[in-house]
Amino acid sequence: MTFLARHRIILPVVSLAVLLAATFYMQPRAMSYFGLNLLFNLAVPIALATIAQMMIIMVNDIDLSLGAFVSLAACVTATFLNDAPMLGLLILLALILSYALLGAVIHALELPAIVVTLGMSFVWGGIALFILPSPGGAAPGWLRTLMTVKPPFAPMAVVAAVIIAAVTHLLIMRSGIGTVLRGVGGNARSVARAGWSVIRLKALAYGLAGLFGVLAGMALVGLATSADANIALRYTLLSIAGVILGGGEFTGGKVSPTGAVIGAFTLTLAASFLSFMRLSPDWQIGAQGAILILVLTARLIFRQKGSEA
Amino acid sequence: MSVLSRPWLWSWLAAAAAFSLTLGLTSGRGAGELGYAALSFGAFAAIVGLGQMLVITLGPGNVDLSIPATMTLAATLALKAMGSDPGTAFLGLVIALAVGFGTGVANYALIFLLRLPPIIATLAASLIYQSLAIWSNRGLRIKPPAGLADFATGRFLGLPNVAWVGLALAIVVWFVLERSVWGRWLLATGQNLRVARLAGVPVELVRASTYISVAVFASLAGYLLASFSGGAALNMGQEYLLMSIAVVVIGGSSIAGGNSNVPGVWGAALFMFLVVSMLNSYGAGAGVRNVLTGTIIIAIVIAASSRRART
Repeated sequence: MTFLARHRIILPVVSLAVLLAATFYMQPRAMSYFGLNLLFNLAVPIALATIAQMMIIMVNDIDLSLGAFVSLAACVTATFLNDAPMLGLLILLALILSYALLGAVIHALELPAIVVTLGMSFVWGGIALFILPSPGGAAPGWLRTLMTVKPPFAPMAVVAAVIIAAVTHLLIMRSGIGTVLRGVGGNARSVARAGWSVIRLKALAYGLAGLFGVLAGMALVGLATSADANIALRYTLLSIAGVILGGGEFTGGKVSPTGAVIGAFTLTLAASFLSFMRLSPDWQIGAQGAILILVLTARLIFRQKGSEA
Repeated sequence: MSVLSRPWLWSWLAAAAAFSLTLGLTSGRGAGELGYAALSFGAFAAIVGLGQMLVITLGPGNVDLSIPATMTLAATLALKAMGSDPGTAFLGLVIALAVGFGTGVANYALIFLLRLPPIIATLAASLIYQSLAIWSNRGLRIKPPAGLADFATGRFLGLPNVAWVGLALAIVVWFVLERSVWGRWLLATGQNLRVARLAGVPVELVRASTYISVAVFASLAGYLLASFSGGAALNMGQEYLLMSIAVVVIGGSSIAGGNSNVPGVWGAALFMFLVVSMLNSYGAGAGVRNVLTGTIIIAIVIAASSRRART
C-alpha cells in the first residue's frame, strides 16, 4: 500500500486546493475574509447534507430522499420553529426518529433502500408542500444570527466546516461506536456475530443521517431567511457526489467525514469557478459535472499506482 | 407457476384498482377519457421505464441517472434542427436518436474507462448534458412541426399513437429479453457478473449495449414528449428520474438485478398516472397526493418483498 492509497484524504484536499488556487488567480479579490464567506457560505448546508448521505452510504445503502427531507426540515424551521419553538423542536425530533425507524424497517424487512427512500422522497415532499404550499416563512432570529456571525480570523463558512469535520471525524473514525457502524458496511454478518444488534446500528446510522439532514435544513433557512418545499431538492445528487468526491465508496463502509465536507466545498466552488472565468452561466452546472469527472479520474490514477506497488 | 405468483400481476391490479376507484366517484362516466389519458401519459413513463429496467437488470449499482438530461437534450436539439418546418419529423427523430446514442456511449465510456460507479458516472454526465441543453436552447420554445405534433397527440384504432409506440417497444424488449441470446446474456450478467464472464458472455459488450439502449429510449421519449406537449422545456425530463426507477420496481423487476419484467413496467406506468388522477378526483391537494403516492410505492415494495420471501 502506498502512501497515497493509505491516505485517501489527500486527493480531496489537493482538488479543493487546486480549484481554490485557480479561483484566486482568476479573481484575487476573492482572497479575503468577505470573499471566502461569499464563496462558501452556501456550502455549509450542503456539507451537512453530505455528512447525512455519508451515514447512509456507510452502511451500504443510498438515500434518494435526502433533498426532499432537507427541504422539509427547512420548511419546519421557517414555520413552526419560528412561530412555536417547542412544537418546532418536537417536529424536528420526530423527523429524526422517523429516519431511525426507516433504517430499522429497511433492515428488518430486507427492503432495497434505494426504492424505499425514493418513495419517502414523495412523502417528505408532500408534507413539506402541506406545511408551506407557497414559498415563505421566516428564519428564527437566533438561527439567522448564528449563520451570519462573523468570527475573528476566519469566516463563518470555514469555521463551520472545521467544526463539522472535526465532530464527525471524532464520531465516525475515532469512537468505538463509529468503528462498529463502519463495520456494518464492511461486513454486517461478522458485526452481528460479534454480538451487536445490526438493526439497532442501522437505526442509529439512519438516525444520525436524519440529524444531519435536519441541521442542513436549519442552516439553509438561516442563510436563505425563508423556505419553500423544493428549496433543497438538488441536495440529493450533490450529497452523493460529495461523498464520492471526498474519497468515500458505495460499499464496504469506506467513508471519510473530513473528505465529505471537503467534497461538498469542492462542488460548491466548482459552480462559482466558471463564473469567474467569465464563461456563460449556461455552463455552471456542466462545470460541476466536469470537475467531478476530473477528480474521479485523478482518483483512478492514484488507485492504479496503489495496486502496482 | 400460478397466475397469482406472476410479479407483473400486482402492478396491473393496482392500476385497475386506482382506475375503478376514480370511476367510482363519477359513477362510471369518463372511463374512456381516463383510460385514454392514462395510456398517453403512461406511454412516456413506460418508454423510459423499459430502458431503466434493462440497466437495473445489469445488477446492483447499475442505474442511469442521466435519463432526464438525455430526454431534454435530445428533444431540444431535435426541435432546433426541425425548426417547425413541415416534413422534417424524420430528420428530428434521427437527430434525437443520435443524441441518445451519443450520451449512451459517453455514459458507458465514463463507466468503463474511468471505472466510475454508474450512479456517479451518469450523474456527472447528466450535469454536462443539462448544460449543453441550456446552452443550445437559450430559452427558446420552438414548436414541433404540425404533422409531428398531430402524430404525437393523435390516435389510431382508438388508442393514442404514443401508446402504440410504447407498446411496440415493450414487445421488442420482451422478445429480445426472452428469446434472444443478448437477452439471456443480460440476465446472466445481472445475476452474477463473474460467473457470466467465466461462462464466456461478452460482459462488457452487454453492458455497453444496455447503457446505449437506455439512452436511446430516453431520447425517443424526450422527442415524443416534446412533440406531444408543443415544445421542449428545460425541466421536461425532471419527473422521469424517480418515475423511471419507480415503474421498474413497482412493475416487479428485482432491484438487485438479473430479473426483469416487461408487462409489469407498463402496468406500473399506468398505475403511476392513475393514482395521481384518483387522488386528484378525490380532491386531495398536492401535499396529500405526494404523501399518498410515496406511501403506496413503499407499500407495494413491502408487499412484493414479503411475497418473494414466502415463495
